[in-house]
Amino acid sequence: MPTLRALAFALLALIGLTGPVGAKDELVIGITQFPSTLHPSIDSMMAKSYVLGMARRPFTAHDAQWRLVCMLCVELPTLENGLAKIEGKGVALTYAIQPKATWGDGTPVTSKDVVFAWKVGREPTTGLANQELYTRITAIDVVDERTFTLHVDRLTFDYNAIHDLDVLPAHLEAEAFARPAEYNTRTTYQTNPTHPGLWFGPYRVAEVSRGSHIVLEPNPTWWGAKPAFRRIVVKAIENTQAMEANLLSGSIDMIAGELGLSVEQALAFEKRNGARFAVTYKPALFYEHIDMNLSNPALADRRVRQALLLGLDRETMTRQLFEGRQPVAHGMLSPLDSMHAEVTRWPHDPARAAALLDEAGWKGAPRRNAKGEPLALELTTTAGNRTRELVEQVLQSQWRKLGVDIRIRNEPARVLFGETLPRRRLSGMALYAWISSPENVPRSTLHSSMIPAESNGWSGQNTGGYVNPEVDRLIDAIEIELDETKRRALWRDLQEIYATELPALPLFWRAEAHVLPLWLKGVAPTGHLGPTTLWVETWRPEG
Amino acid sequence: MLRHLAGRIGQSAVVLLIMSFVVYGLIGLMPGDPIDLMISSNPKLTPADAERLRHLYGLDQPLLGRWWAWLGAALSGDFGHSRLYARPVLEVMAAPLVNTLLLMGTALTLSLAIALPLGVLAGTRPGGWFDRAANLLAFAGISMPVFWLGLMLIVLFAVRLGWLPASGVETVGGGDRARHMVLPVLTLALAGIGQHLRYMRAAMIETLRQDWIRTARAKGLSWRRVVLRHALRHALTPVATVVALEAGALFSGALITETVFAWPGMGKLIYDSVMGNDFNLALATLLLATAVTLAANVAADFAYAALDPRITWR
Repeated sequence: MPTLRALAFALLALIGLTGPVGAKDELVIGITQFPSTLHPSIDSMMAKSYVLGMARRPFTAHDAQWRLVCMLCVELPTLENGLAKIEGKGVALTYAIQPKATWGDGTPVTSKDVVFAWKVGREPTTGLANQELYTRITAIDVVDERTFTLHVDRLTFDYNAIHDLDVLPAHLEAEAFARPAEYNTRTTYQTNPTHPGLWFGPYRVAEVSRGSHIVLEPNPTWWGAKPAFRRIVVKAIENTQAMEANLLSGSIDMIAGELGLSVEQALAFEKRNGARFAVTYKPALFYEHIDMNLSNPALADRRVRQALLLGLDRETMTRQLFEGRQPVAHGMLSPLDSMHAEVTRWPHDPARAAALLDEAGWKGAPRRNAKGEPLALELTTTAGNRTRELVEQVLQSQWRKLGVDIRIRNEPARVLFGETLPRRRLSGMALYAWISSPENVPRSTLHSSMIPAESNGWSGQNTGGYVNPEVDRLIDAIEIELDETKRRALWRDLQEIYATELPALPLFWRAEAHVLPLWLKGVAPTGHLGPTTLWVETWRPEG
Repeated sequence: MLRHLAGRIGQSAVVLLIMSFVVYGLIGLMPGDPIDLMISSNPKLTPADAERLRHLYGLDQPLLGRWWAWLGAALSGDFGHSRLYARPVLEVMAAPLVNTLLLMGTALTLSLAIALPLGVLAGTRPGGWFDRAANLLAFAGISMPVFWLGLMLIVLFAVRLGWLPASGVETVGGGDRARHMVLPVLTLALAGIGQHLRYMRAAMIETLRQDWIRTARAKGLSWRRVVLRHALRHALTPVATVVALEAGALFSGALITETVFAWPGMGKLIYDSVMGNDFNLALATLLLATAVTLAANVAADFAYAALDPRITWR
């Protein structure tokens, strides 16, 4: 044996074995996805948002307390401070860029960059994913080198949130944009993503090894607090079990909550290795719910939907499956949202559920209607998603006790989200999540104009086919109501209708699990789509 | 021989043409499109955005017309840009191709270097203790899921012992690619050894039963000479076929192993391109794998002639 061991050591020495890098001036982060591009406006991927959070800043963002704050701008324009002025149906918004904001090559970030970004964003052939804000901006006035005024065609309650206006370095990108249709392949973000002039955040992208890792180093032109790490490496490891092994072996220091372990995996990991890592759970804006085909005769009856929710013991389910880390959802707005209101709840009450089903004409066990047809419903979710498949089993068993026959028919995510839901081919119910943002108006999921149909090119996410004129009116009103008190009242009415009508059954709020080393301080999970890296300069090694 | 070669090249070209159409059609027939998936993960995307993106990427055009346009460009050497990576397809493929060739080539070499001698030895004494031990090794290699084996190796060598890195191609700064290759190569090689060993053993047993082997022995040739000079050469023919069929994997990668070891290779690239409806990238990668498999099979035909004197080209 000693000979074998010596031989093994000799072999490993031959191939250059060295100890793992463990200095605290370097932070290695594991995420499950690699960004396909680092261009801020082309494509939308959480992995990209996560990396770019360190290397650049949006004009505005929601902070960890879900307040709207300026990041690249100096002050939020409001009607009260006079920086926002109503112009007919639209609004003029004046922003000043942070006075010290400078691209990594020393060129100041100016209004010219904003105008350039707007031109790129408006151009239909550049391949930008989300063009809405760029098309709503009808003109930009350059007030001075660091101040500009946006003219927006519509005044909405969130008029001063311009998260999606991604400033671009005109001095580097103008040439690539000369031929707009080729811009997405000629942009410097593709051809030379480590060019310092592309970045103005606390860190800049220093190395891109496609599919493997991205290295970020401190940006000398950053105007804010000095970042603590000499180097941050973001490694893509798609397999979460391999990710855990990498963490335990010291190959990575932390697993990002935005793109990391599921809550069950994190709970199991914490039980085994909790003493070595800090695991924090943050309920996020992933609304796990059951969508329903409201044309299905059984599900069209509100009493049946209410009975189905009453028949579920969601508190026990989340406690047993997720140790309570993923809170029960009682409505469509997260309790963390400033517009959340306490409205009708449907606690577990099998007797009341049974009474409602009787009243709706579904009687006996298993339940049948007057024609003798059984109350049988199909339940679909994304095949291979262990959490959802587990939840599905619990739902099936609890509804069976009510006499409802649930047939599970799962589909790959590609089929469910690419065909079944958008083409409205769902026969019964589907368990999945809607992703939202703070005070996100549910136009796409609840407004009757958003029911996918051939006539509208199958657009919209109101896949259940929910129609309620009062809900349409409230959605339209909320979007343009500037008075927060009045808007809160509208939101309350909308939430009450949702809770009573139950166009979808709320289940729970999915949480993010951040697995951090004990020595890392300052990471503040947001729970919304804004990544934690937007405040990476506050991350510090301690102890 | 030249005529035969020309014929095989012609056949391969037809196969590639059909393959390109089939691949294009299959990707196009997949339910939904990447824009639908984009909408489900990005609440800010509007119906207008979706329509514009579909038009921009040609996803609203008839499939046949798109394939025809692609074929015309490809025949002139332009494989287009990847929709997912917004870069020329050949540029996107370059690094993963090198990674895959390195990984798969090393694993195949290691696997053959271990499996062939063991297979020959096992085949010469079927039922003996060595044969039984070799079979045990072979079945263990074949039966163990690559996914599980990879994770076990990571747990042992990276987590418990801390000797080797758990994943990736190299540490930031580079220079330690060999260390990163050890575990994925070992995983693939262990799985391959079992398969190659069984083929070699079976071919050797079959060959040693031939009359001409008995004749060679009767002529007084030593057992070692009969096995190494005559039987081995003959037994390698079916093994060459198997290795030729595996050649495509040298370019198409090993998805599971690449995923477990976060090794950015062709397997993952092909998977992502197919799932993301990146027609240009998917076609280029899959056709490359097909072309290599076809070329390897042509090479195998010539190897038969070299290995078996009874085969001649007319």
